[in-house]
Amino acid sequence: MTIQLIVFLPLLAAIVAGFGNRVIGNVPAKFVTTAALFVSCALSWPIFIDYILLSRAAEVVPVLTWVQSGDLNFEWSLRVDALTAVMLVVVTTVSALVHLYSWGYMEEDPDQPRFFAYLSLFTFAMLMLVTADNLVQMFFGWEGVGLASYLLIGFWFKKPTASAAAIKAFVVNRVGDLGFMLGIFGTFLVFGTVSIPEILEAAPAMAGSTITFAGMRLDTMTILCLLLFIGAMGKSAQLGLHTWLPDAMEGPTPVSALIHAATMVTAGVFMVCRLSPMFETSEVALAVVTVVGACTAIFAATVGLVQHDIKRVIAYSTCSQLGYMFFAAGVGAYSAAMFHLFTHAFFKALLFLGAGSVIHAMHHEQDMRYYGGLRKEIPLTFWAMMAGTLAITGVGIVGIGGFAGFYSKDAIIEAAFASGSSTGQFAFIIGVLAALLTSFYSWRLMFLTFWGTPRWIQSEHIQHSVHKTPETAEDSTGGYHPHESPFSMLIPLGVLGFGAIAAGFLFHNQFIDATEGFRFWAGSLAFDRHLMHEIHEVPLWVKLASTVAMLIGLTTAFLMYFRGKDRPARLAATFQPVYNFFFNKWYFDELYDLIFVRPAFWFGRLFWKTGDEGTIDRFGPNGVAAVVASGAGVAKKFQTGYLYSYALVMLLGLAAAVTWLIVRGAN
Amino acid sequence: MNQLDFPILSLMLGLPMLAAIICLFLNAQAARLLALVTTLVLFALGIVLWANYDIGGPQWQYVERIELFGNFAWALGIDGISMMLIMLTVFLMPICIGASWESIKERVGEYMAAFLFMEVLMIGVFAAQDIFLFYILFEAGLIPMYLIIGIWGGANRIYASYKFFLYTLLGSVVMLIAMLWMVQDAGTSDIPTLLNYDFAPEAQTWLWLAFFASFAVKMPMWPVHTWLPDAHVQAPTAGSVILAGVLLKMGGYGFLRFSLPMFPEASEQFIWLIFALSMVAVVYTSLVALVQQDMKKLIAYSSVAHMAIVTLGLFAFNRQGIEGAIIVMLSHGLVSGALFLCVGVIYDRLHTREIDRYGGLSINMPKYALLFMLFTMASIGLPGTSGFVGEFLSLVGLYKVNSWVTLVATTGIILGAGYMLYLYRRVAFGELVHDDVKAMPDLSAREMALLAPIAAAVMWMGVYPESFMAPIRGDVGTLVARIDRAAPEGDAHLKMGQATAAPKGHEAEAGHGESH
Repeated sequence: MTIQLIVFLPLLAAIVAGFGNRVIGNVPAKFVTTAALFVSCALSWPIFIDYILLSRAAEVVPVLTWVQSGDLNFEWSLRVDALTAVMLVVVTTVSALVHLYSWGYMEEDPDQPRFFAYLSLFTFAMLMLVTADNLVQMFFGWEGVGLASYLLIGFWFKKPTASAAAIKAFVVNRVGDLGFMLGIFGTFLVFGTVSIPEILEAAPAMAGSTITFAGMRLDTMTILCLLLFIGAMGKSAQLGLHTWLPDAMEGPTPVSALIHAATMVTAGVFMVCRLSPMFETSEVALAVVTVVGACTAIFAATVGLVQHDIKRVIAYSTCSQLGYMFFAAGVGAYSAAMFHLFTHAFFKALLFLGAGSVIHAMHHEQDMRYYGGLRKEIPLTFWAMMAGTLAITGVGIVGIGGFAGFYSKDAIIEAAFASGSSTGQFAFIIGVLAALLTSFYSWRLMFLTFWGTPRWIQSEHIQHSVHKTPETAEDSTGGYHPHESPFSMLIPLGVLGFGAIAAGFLFHNQFIDATEGFRFWAGSLAFDRHLMHEIHEVPLWVKLASTVAMLIGLTTAFLMYFRGKDRPARLAATFQPVYNFFFNKWYFDELYDLIFVRPAFWFGRLFWKTGDEGTIDRFGPNGVAAVVASGAGVAKKFQTGYLYSYALVMLLGLAAAVTWLIVRGAN
Repeated sequence: MNQLDFPILSLMLGLPMLAAIICLFLNAQAARLLALVTTLVLFALGIVLWANYDIGGPQWQYVERIELFGNFAWALGIDGISMMLIMLTVFLMPICIGASWESIKERVGEYMAAFLFMEVLMIGVFAAQDIFLFYILFEAGLIPMYLIIGIWGGANRIYASYKFFLYTLLGSVVMLIAMLWMVQDAGTSDIPTLLNYDFAPEAQTWLWLAFFASFAVKMPMWPVHTWLPDAHVQAPTAGSVILAGVLLKMGGYGFLRFSLPMFPEASEQFIWLIFALSMVAVVYTSLVALVQQDMKKLIAYSSVAHMAIVTLGLFAFNRQGIEGAIIVMLSHGLVSGALFLCVGVIYDRLHTREIDRYGGLSINMPKYALLFMLFTMASIGLPGTSGFVGEFLSLVGLYKVNSWVTLVATTGIILGAGYMLYLYRRVAFGELVHDDVKAMPDLSAREMALLAPIAAAVMWMGVYPESFMAPIRGDVGTLVARIDRAAPEGDAHLKMGQATAAPKGHEAEAGHGESH
């Protein structure tokens, strides 16, 4: 019963708030949804703790028949096992906190019930995804969160950029879904079922078999895993299908924290872990996962280095961290991937909500160039962001302990090294390099925002607020006074801050220890005890590598943004082409526009004007009409409008013809 | 006689026929009322039909038969597939009457009569058990639709109705000749008997082509689809609803009832043709939909793309494909009907279908925006709505036969999302820039009453499709068993690796499509 409550309470709340809307008013709508989420959250933690203490087996609660079509059957059901339990606490905790945070953040929005209804609807879909026992229900959750994401990115639908970003998110995700769907079709063809446990059980026997897909003869498990992985790439914004994520920042900041950092975008990682026994049967697929993950980690980090918008920096950071999770899965360290997913949820949600608090304080300004010196003005937000930064950069001391990211990120980097494969080595090098960049862009964000002198008056938002321009203002603050956020926003920051500090230390044994972890996961993902043991045996320089990378990144950022005033600008000028390349996000958007979007419209017009009208109609009906008109003038009579007589003639003619033929046929 | 002890099917044909005649002599308001009451009574009769339908019972139920002259008989009877399509008809009909309540002001009695006559013909097509009776009803269905477009249509209605008429009539002439030959060969015009009659394979080829000429136009399949956008654009709202909702299903029903079971070998022989035309249709018409400026044209083109999924599913020759195709037919009937109603709602207010004239409707019409979003998502095939179930099943079935075709057809989910969301964005998102758009009121109670039932049905079919699939299960089983001898081999050719033993003998059938 508990699990039904956890999953369906948010749906119920979304319905009440969404349909109640103006009728029930702001406060009841907000209260219902937030309360539902806190109840779900309170019910989820005991399940998680239960799995930690008792390492229970999986449980499946059937809900309703969905589709029965011959040998294809699937139902609505809720599966709970250790993997689901982890996701349950991540989703419900972050969601509950984001609901609470939104009380403050969305205070002045005229459309609050709709916002909260969408948030709860999202949570429901996400919970359906993580409790799925078959691939189709997973796809339901997958698309459900996509819908909620679309609605929330486009929440401020009056802004053209917001509605464009919403469409982009949905359509790019659909490209991934094409892979996911074909993966499901193929899986059903091969295994005769879409039930996840049955597939995982039968998968090892299929290793080495071959199948024809689109005219190519391929290894069965490789093609199935890769098709499914394309779906994961879309949802988790991996290189190639990542373009929607930065644009998704058009949505309100709490949305970015919940959907585009902590939960939805990690669905791809969850899927790969859920299906890990399947991926284990194909080395090629795992190698692809590793390489794509590693490339995303470094790509997104390079773009994050030079962005001005505080949310975009964090968005690219998310993209990069998801890359880490994928290459962890690719080298077989699924538990480490899940561990990073878990800690990342806390510190990345914290960073986003912290950024939201800064934006709130700075009168909706998101450009870091116009921040500076905010440490004293909004100290609580500062400390929360500090905790998040220490966590994401992986601050800690080998052998003693550290912040959340220290445990999970280092485990990933070490696992990549310990895996011994060549792709693993590649991922290791990239991982260390990306750690350096992570440290740099994270500290850059901190220095630009919280240290230095205020540059506020250059912001149009601030100018608007204080009714002054840089010329008329007496100093660079423009007399603007940033205010610390209300408690509804600070409490979530505090809770997540605690998570960012302690989540790694508290749970690393359960997630990644060779013995404890094996017991905890209890078969809910492929747990390589040998590999998890090996990560303790890596050379000391490997263990220190990421810490050193972190320190280099920190120092560089310190020298450039704390000490040197014009160093960043000079550096950018020196390496102008590289800077532009990074700043313009490697020109992916321009490229896609050129090779997909424009041709689609061009072909559309071609088919319409030249195909339908110019060819089919011209030689078809219009041609016939012309012939007829030149002859008997029937078409002309058509235009005289005696429709009734024509209808009557048609009917009589038809009846006569049929009768005659039938009677004749009967003889 | 049947499980109800009265000829319910004849009643369902006679009642609207009678009402149609009476409507001709009534004033506007009385005609509206009579039409509404009649269609509601028919809907109630439809529910009686469904409630008393014996799932797992005999294939043909509610059978009636009166011998007329020659081979010709008044033979009615339905199986589960026909029943679901009749349900779709009687469900949409009262909504059509409601949609015309205020927008039709001239010749109301005749208009209502045309719709009621239409209903007679549609129910008749799905219930006919005599091949000639089917033919007459099938072709006569053109006439009221032709009148509806030609009299109550838009500015360019004559051209549209002419095009509609020309296309559809052309195909039907050859079909009639084929039917005559069949009756002569088999010695009966009884459809259930013909379903089990094996025509010689050589004869099947040209018979199949003759039927194809008619059904492909009705479907419509590319490249004989160009009548549809024009017909939709010119037709009044309710005409579009019934055209997209039910008339387009007649082609699919024809393939299902005639082409596949009567000519299985020929069907297999022409799979390449069906697949090729359908693949082109999915990509081509989706791209055309993307660049449309006229809302109705956009939805009309999207219909062609959706109907291509139906033909692909049907010609997959297996259970998932065919059941999926039927669910797509039902779902598309609801969803595209609802989308045309959505267009009608704002057309009634602003009298233009040009997409760019709108924008920002979420602000002043939130209820409308919500329902429009739901139907948009159903059209895109979001899981949890009816659109997903059918599309998914059809494509699963298709994949068993050909992965290439499936790959191309599945791109429809990307393109579909593209053109529908682009439409939605231009209509409902953005600022309210035009004053006349700003003045548009939200849905009236009448409009709400038209759209809400469809929304409920769409969700029902998406979450618990079992209600709709249970009645068709047996009939699809019969059909699959009938055509299995011609079923194509799949292109997967799964081969086990050398190192591992074959598990459970499962892979043997995996490549062969349906196992019974």
